[in-house]
Amino acid sequence: MKAILTFTRSRFARALVAGALGLIVAAILVAILNSAHTTWVTPGLEALGVQLPGQLLDLAFWAVAILILLAIVVTAFLSGFGMFHSRRMGRFWYYAAGTALVWGVLGQALTVAIVLFISYLTMGSDFRLTDGNVALAAIFSVIGFLLFSGVLTDWIQWIFGHKTELHHGAPEGEPEWMRYFSVDVNHKVIGIQYAVTSVLVLLVGGTLAIVFRLELSAPGMQLITENTYNTFFSAHGIIMIASILLGVGAMVNYLVPVMIGASDMAFPRLNAFSFWVSIPAALLIVSAMFVDTGFDTGWVGYPPLSTVGSLGIILFLLGFYFNGFASIASAINVLVTVGVMRAKGMALFRMPIFVWTAISASIIQFTATQTVGVALTMVVAQRALGLGFFDPTPVAAGVPVGQPLLYQQLFWFYSHPVVYVFVLPGLGVISELLPVFSRKPLFGYKWVALSSLGIALVGFLVWAHHMFVSGMDDSLRIPFMISTMFVGIPTGVKFFSWLGTLWGGKIIYPTPMLFVLGAISVFLIGGLTGPILATVPTDMHLHDSYWVVGHFHATMFGGFIFPFFAALYYWFPKITGRMYNERLGKLHFWLMVPGFWVMSLGQMRIGLMGMRRRIANYDPALGVEGTQILITIAALVIAWSVLIMLYNLVSSARSAELAPENPWESRSPEWVAPTPLPEFNFDRPIEVVGDPYDYGLADSKYIQTIPAAGD
Amino acid sequence: MSAVTTHHDDHAHDDTHAHELPYGQQLRANRLGLWLFLFSEVFLFVGLFAARFYLWRDASGVVRPELDQVAGLIATSVLLISSYFMVRAEVAVQHGEQKKMHNSLIMTFVMGSLFLLSVIFIEWGVLDLILDNMFGVTLFAHEAIKPGDGAFGAVFYGMTGMHALHVISGLVLILIILANGHKGAFTEERHWGVEACAVYWHYVDVVWIFFYPALYLIGTAVTYHT
Ligand code: HEM
Ligand SMILES: [Cu+2]
Repeated sequence: MKAILTFTRSRFARALVAGALGLIVAAILVAILNSAHTTWVTPGLEALGVQLPGQLLDLAFWAVAILILLAIVVTAFLSGFGMFHSRRMGRFWYYAAGTALVWGVLGQALTVAIVLFISYLTMGSDFRLTDGNVALAAIFSVIGFLLFSGVLTDWIQWIFGHKTELHHGAPEGEPEWMRYFSVDVNHKVIGIQYAVTSVLVLLVGGTLAIVFRLELSAPGMQLITENTYNTFFSAHGIIMIASILLGVGAMVNYLVPVMIGASDMAFPRLNAFSFWVSIPAALLIVSAMFVDTGFDTGWVGYPPLSTVGSLGIILFLLGFYFNGFASIASAINVLVTVGVMRAKGMALFRMPIFVWTAISASIIQFTATQTVGVALTMVVAQRALGLGFFDPTPVAAGVPVGQPLLYQQLFWFYSHPVVYVFVLPGLGVISELLPVFSRKPLFGYKWVALSSLGIALVGFLVWAHHMFVSGMDDSLRIPFMISTMFVGIPTGVKFFSWLGTLWGGKIIYPTPMLFVLGAISVFLIGGLTGPILATVPTDMHLHDSYWVVGHFHATMFGGFIFPFFAALYYWFPKITGRMYNERLGKLHFWLMVPGFWVMSLGQMRIGLMGMRRRIANYDPALGVEGTQILITIAALVIAWSVLIMLYNLVSSARSAELAPENPWESRSPEWVAPTPLPEFNFDRPIEVVGDPYDYGLADSKYIQTIPAAGD
Repeated sequence: MSAVTTHHDDHAHDDTHAHELPYGQQLRANRLGLWLFLFSEVFLFVGLFAARFYLWRDASGVVRPELDQVAGLIATSVLLISSYFMVRAEVAVQHGEQKKMHNSLIMTFVMGSLFLLSVIFIEWGVLDLILDNMFGVTLFAHEAIKPGDGAFGAVFYGMTGMHALHVISGLVLILIILANGHKGAFTEERHWGVEACAVYWHYVDVVWIFFYPALYLIGTAVTYHT
């Protein structure tokens, strides 16, 4: 054990990893060159009438390719030893080979190779990818990633009876910024890791959306094939969900411990584990697009298609599964943190309101996620082991058969509540920011706090509203219609609290506040279109139409995307110590909000006109062409506005002027603490002596530092 | 850019900057975390349980496959009794009786393994398969249920398999506790590892108390030939 650990920290191991990374990069490069060679160079020369003897050209190409490959691998390998450190290239290989990310990815690739090789040994010459070996490779690959990235190292040491200390700060002998690429246990570092990953994943999902949105701007097929279209919208859905879960992780991790006056999460190692599991999980989902014929089930993965379709579906199911795994672990961590780590005097009803939404979301995450886990496992078990949970083929007299509908029950028991995991933290951000920017107490604090729990609990009773036309028992329709309507009550509480908070306030409108107001307007569109879907007779017509697409994009953007962007702007000065550019922020807002209204309302309009969802092509006779073009333009505007935000944040983080300590004059603990936040959040422990949102009340204090005994 | 300032002075190492939580607080956190995890797993098992009642139905009502009742009853009793030894181990460590803890853990491990073996070899019919292939004899009255036997096979293997996975992880936990106990990792006051292992083991037991009747007792038994 000791020997292995010492080896992994040696220069030689680093050089090996650098070399391996170099090999992968070089292989990709050669593959690109090769396709250029075969598609352009050879035919090009032929077209010019140049005749080269025999294989000469190919030989020349491969000679050059192998030279390039060797050069890259050797440079990378030597850079791992610290050579070429004066050059940018050399530093790149050197540092890359020290990151948990690269180690993990190599571990994952290596495990896949090993599993497939073993399968090759047993299958011999008729080796091919099967349900079984793909599933095994995927499962082990996640373990490989975790082992190699070092996430499990401490726990493995514990098993052998070695105590380990929490390591704070950059890894030994590395610069400070390497923390963000390493397995770090500090909740703020992990929060930022989540945030950056979330935004990157968002860009991947968004790019897919832009491609199929362009495809939809006219009837017929223009850009991509039907199969690619299917893979793209399926991948878009699940990748966006992964991004949202990461974004929730970002906000909850960064904020909850500071807001309750704690030094960190209750289980810092588990916290790192939760983040790092979602990386190999995301890689599985992305690779699902390229294996076999991709995956075309949509994000829901319904059988029978998911039990018989492309092998990529297995990778998608398992990627989804491991994301859920991470989600459960981090939810438990949040609940325990709030349970045992609150500062002195931080009573439950004195916590910043965001914490309440974080708890409510965590309650859903750590319970409901298990049932979707069961559903996903069952599909994989049916494919890999032949357990026919969803297979309706008769076996023998008297033996009951599997039922595809069972999947939908288990799936929606998670997937309805999970929409509240997406939106509750976002709604929490809205409630958190409104008092700050209207300089007034939050209206009805207790009601708002309890409404989050209410939404979470009612959310468990409504899942079958997704199945009104799926062939489930008719008698279940009305009960589920009624229970769904009840969601409106706690949601309404939140809306009225927002209005009450704004009412008569001294409102100011910096970018975060604009995004909060935009979020409310958009969430209102989503909230009003929900009951129309929950009503059985109308849903009969609207189900599987673009109306549904309009509805849930409005809820997701209003409940998550807009508040998340508000949060990014609002806490940016806290995180970086610098101020973002206000003009670019406003530009982002004024592009994105109207863009979104047009997109969402346009989707609902074509839905009413008969446009089906998840369809690559449509009949010009529907008369939706004009609106389709409008939606595509709106989507492009939204995409550009997001890029403006990224430019704004990145450039401001590097060079903008320093922000004041508490630019929004907030009372919340994270703003009262120094910037940047100390490693353990507060230089001295704090105590709560008042209510969180008494803005405008003279001499009211929320928290104060407990003076140390000796001072 | 760095979002976190690090402390380089030893001022950072006074107790207001708890690197590790004080033992009492950590213990409370651990307990709460474990129980939340177990509550989370309830939803996993309830999902399987619900699938059983969803699928094992015909026009007449709830059905179940014909299983080997004697084997099932013996395995169940062995698992339940193993929990007694686990309790003994936990009480022993509280009194600082390392030897007794050690022996009780070994007993639990043996009984847990017996349960596991009986699931794999008898209930899953692996023993019959081996005997039949090698000697051409059949030992058990009932032909074991096969994975491909429609909803019977799927649910039976799904439920026993998921439970067996938990038994295996429980056994691994016991081994870890045994090994660390040898090195003197647990004292009368501080033995969170043993406590966690015990709670987990009882939990896996309780799950079986629900699974056993669902698989073996409830509903009309159906005989079939595939
Ligand atoms: C909290 C914010 C909400 C979010 C994030 C959300 C999200 C979603 C999503 C993702 C879907 C589509 C699922 C799919 O088929 O792929 C959906 C459908 C649906 N939503 Fe919502 N929703 C929210 C609020 C509501 C509310 C308040 C109601 C009703 C009161 C509602 C009623 C429905 C119904 C009935 C459907 C199914 C429509 C159909 O497929 O025919 N939703 N929602
Ligand atoms: Cu729903």
